[in-house]
Amino acid sequence: MIKLIQKFISKVLNNLFKKKKHVKLGLYGPPNGGKTTLANRICQDWLGEDMGSVSNVAHETREIQIKEQINIKSGSKELTFNLVDTPGIATRIDYEEFLKVGMKEEEAKARAKEATKGVIDSIKWLDEMDTVIIVLDGTKDPYTQVNITIIGNLAARDIPVLIIANKSDLKRFNQKKIEAAFPQYDVIGISGKYGKNIDKFYEALFTFAGK
Amino acid sequence: MVTLQLVPYSEIELLSSVGRIRKLLNIAKENKIVLLQGRLKKEEEAELIKVTMEEINKDFKGIELAVIDASANSKLNGLSKFRASVVNALLGERQGLTVIGPASIVKEIKRDPTKIELLTTDKKFNPKKTGKRAKNGKKR
Repeated sequence: MIKLIQKFISKVLNNLFKKKKHVKLGLYGPPNGGKTTLANRICQDWLGEDMGSVSNVAHETREIQIKEQINIKSGSKELTFNLVDTPGIATRIDYEEFLKVGMKEEEAKARAKEATKGVIDSIKWLDEMDTVIIVLDGTKDPYTQVNITIIGNLAARDIPVLIIANKSDLKRFNQKKIEAAFPQYDVIGISGKYGKNIDKFYEALFTFAGK
Repeated sequence: MVTLQLVPYSEIELLSSVGRIRKLLNIAKENKIVLLQGRLKKEEEAELIKVTMEEINKDFKGIELAVIDASANSKLNGLSKFRASVVNALLGERQGLTVIGPASIVKEIKRDPTKIELLTTDKKFNPKKTGKRAKNGKKR
């Protein structure tokens, strides 16, 4: 009961001061879903610069990256946020997987070590987020425990979630599968790489952020 | 040979979150597949992933994790869902089944709300021959 009252008071205070603080918008999801590609798209569109490097090899982003004060506009609407790009969350990391894509053993081991630290940081940062965009690869099975665990944890923390079905430019893209897996959430299909449907994403961002 | 270890909910019921995670992870690190009656709390699931990452080394590559939650079945009617949530509130998250497999044994867990398929790795796999692992995955 005390917990419930504490939660209620903290929610009321949060709502009171929401407009004064910088909203942290987090990009979460499994590795290689396209979080950094989407972050780059947002940063290019509104700041004219990239946020981080992208690659086909998993765990390219191994540190939390933040771009502050991104201001996006649509007609009379305006939204300012700090964008937080997080390393992909996984339950297993094997350096031998990196050997298969041609990395040297030392490099592969270092990447694996950094990747494990990245996953830990991503989970630690869950509490810091005000709103979260889950970026999923629309060509893959969305019904994985990692996805369910991330979304379940955000729901438990009362953090609003918008799901992006990314890679709509690819043949095997299937947005309906993601919608069926997470029917209680809004799903927007985009191609972060080519900017397909990105306007719809920005529109959703305004609605989602309650502006 | 694959060893499955059944863990009744009563074995973790009185443990703290840290204790629960430690117990389950220790079993997985012994190269056994854990079948836990019920499920962890959502925060504990995230903590399990975090602790797993902290412990990855050359021998332990992580885990595969899946939770079957029968009470989340959309086909259940309102009364059944309510009953399930009351039972969970009173007795803990006893419903459903949690599978935790060491990554060295379990390659992938495919799941839908009420079914789990474990794909185990082939021990004879030679990492130099890329792409062969997936084809050798065995369904159990």
